Amino acid sequence: MSNNVDTIIETIAAPASAGVAPVRGGPFARFAGLRWGDYLGIAPFFLFAILFLIVPTLFLMVGAFQDSAGNFTLQNIVSLGTPEIFSSFWISIRVSAASAAMGAAFGLILALAVIRGRLPEAIRSTVLTFSGVASNFAGIPLAFAFIATLGRLGIITLGLRYAAHFDIYRAGFNLFSFWGLTLTYCYFQIPLMVLIIAPAIDGLKQEWGEAAATLGASTPQFWRYVGLPVLWPNLLGTLSLLFANAFGAIATAYALTGSTLNIVPIVLYAQIRGDVLNNPGLGAALALGMVVITALANVIYLVVRTRAERWLK
Amino acid sequence: MKRSTKFWAWVVFALGVLYFLLPLIATIQFSLSIRRDRLTFDAYSNVFLQPEFQQTLTYSLLVGVAAIIIGLLIVVPAAYFVRLRAPQLRPIIEFVTLLPLIVPPIILVFGYIRLYSSSSILPLTNSSLGTNILLTLGYVALAMPYMYRAVDTGLRTIDVQTLTEAANILGANTVTIIVRVIFPNIIVAALSGAFLTLAIVVGEFTMASLLNRPAFGVYMQNVGANRAYEPAALAVISFIITWAAMGMIQLLARFAPKTQRT
Repeated sequence: MSNNVDTIIETIAAPASAGVAPVRGGPFARFAGLRWGDYLGIAPFFLFAILFLIVPTLFLMVGAFQDSAGNFTLQNIVSLGTPEIFSSFWISIRVSAASAAMGAAFGLILALAVIRGRLPEAIRSTVLTFSGVASNFAGIPLAFAFIATLGRLGIITLGLRYAAHFDIYRAGFNLFSFWGLTLTYCYFQIPLMVLIIAPAIDGLKQEWGEAAATLGASTPQFWRYVGLPVLWPNLLGTLSLLFANAFGAIATAYALTGSTLNIVPIVLYAQIRGDVLNNPGLGAALALGMVVITALANVIYLVVRTRAERWLK
Repeated sequence: MKRSTKFWAWVVFALGVLYFLLPLIATIQFSLSIRRDRLTFDAYSNVFLQPEFQQTLTYSLLVGVAAIIIGLLIVVPAAYFVRLRAPQLRPIIEFVTLLPLIVPPIILVFGYIRLYSSSSILPLTNSSLGTNILLTLGYVALAMPYMYRAVDTGLRTIDVQTLTEAANILGANTVTIIVRVIFPNIIVAALSGAFLTLAIVVGEFTMASLLNRPAFGVYMQNVGANRAYEPAALAVISFIITWAAMGMIQLLARFAPKTQRT
């Protein structure tokens, strides 16, 4: 059981060694000592990566600084500051940050409860398995599920109205709004958090708790001075991963809100669909802005994760 | 620890069950409520009777399988050589496999549209075959982080060095070694990567929609925009597909072969 969950976790979680470069002697030293056969084995991978990952992205990044005639310009970047686009970035950042924070907080508590709360072993494995499924249950169907649940005609909306005479929409809730989207995103953010943080919680050694208790520490004191400081780098790192995860997502929001909530990916989507020929540079600039933000979040994740590793050996 | 810890653990667990099961139950209930007076499976039969349902699902499954095959062809040799002879390349390769997590799919596909449009050197978007290939390769890129990690995990559990040397002594060449010695040993890990890829790809919307492909995700979005109860049925079907794919991974892990290093 734990074995296959590990596979899922390793598949999802990023490795710590990325970005560590102990090789000396220039950029090509890494390739020294390889035989031709080795190159042939690795070549398709690099060819693919260059053609379908690196060049398309770089092409857009460069395009962000070009006008329609191909000359250098900063106009596209300046246009990112227009109120419409600026507000779409702002709402994207808020939704991503809120869903990451809520996902991380509840995911952590849930993982703590099932791993350290002395619940039956079956619950622990069920929760981890379910997390593997739910973290992949995103996109269009997730939006449908929440519309059926909390939409205007959703089962819970109607149920509350008839059973408790409480209309959540009158009370200010709206699924097609900031909070609705955030609540929906939590459906894949929480499980992702559980999957990533579970190994770290397993790494909190039993002896630490016993040592703290021997020294007279209460449970809150243990968490305040031992547990959280050890988990902290992991938490922070996962938080940035969750942020990036939500920031790039579009399908759920698109199916849920149409274009009532203009998060950046939806603006970019509209731009690619229709407007691209009118202003190709603006689309590229939007893309650049998104990559910069997700890259920053991921760099934080990688840096923090490398630091976190040392406690979990 | 104290009894209260256990109490709160149950409370948190119950809240989790509430949040995660309510939408599922509500969606199932909603999908059965297309008739005013009773619960029926009519929403499901409506969906199944639409020719687009079968066509797009078949299309997405085909593209997914193609992406898995191409992904394995690219990833297995690379991961094998990195493990066997070029560990110094590992950081670079791992960074590259993580790129799809940094660059969102919408940006990748935007880049493809710009780069491989009709006026470029490699005009893939000119024909529908070319666009299909482009979408498949896009899915290979999306699945890359998971596929590479799955294959690499598989390689870690076997003794690549010894297996390779043994096969060499018996006169096998490199292709034979990868195809007949290494791959059979990591097939379980590779399959779990494959099913994860399938789970991600089958309902994928962004890339397929922007490349104008008749994929399942695009079909679902259309249904969502035009119907009321059928989307809930589609959500249930998708959840079953995701659950099946993840269940296969769980099942497969029990059969993973291991040759421990001594």
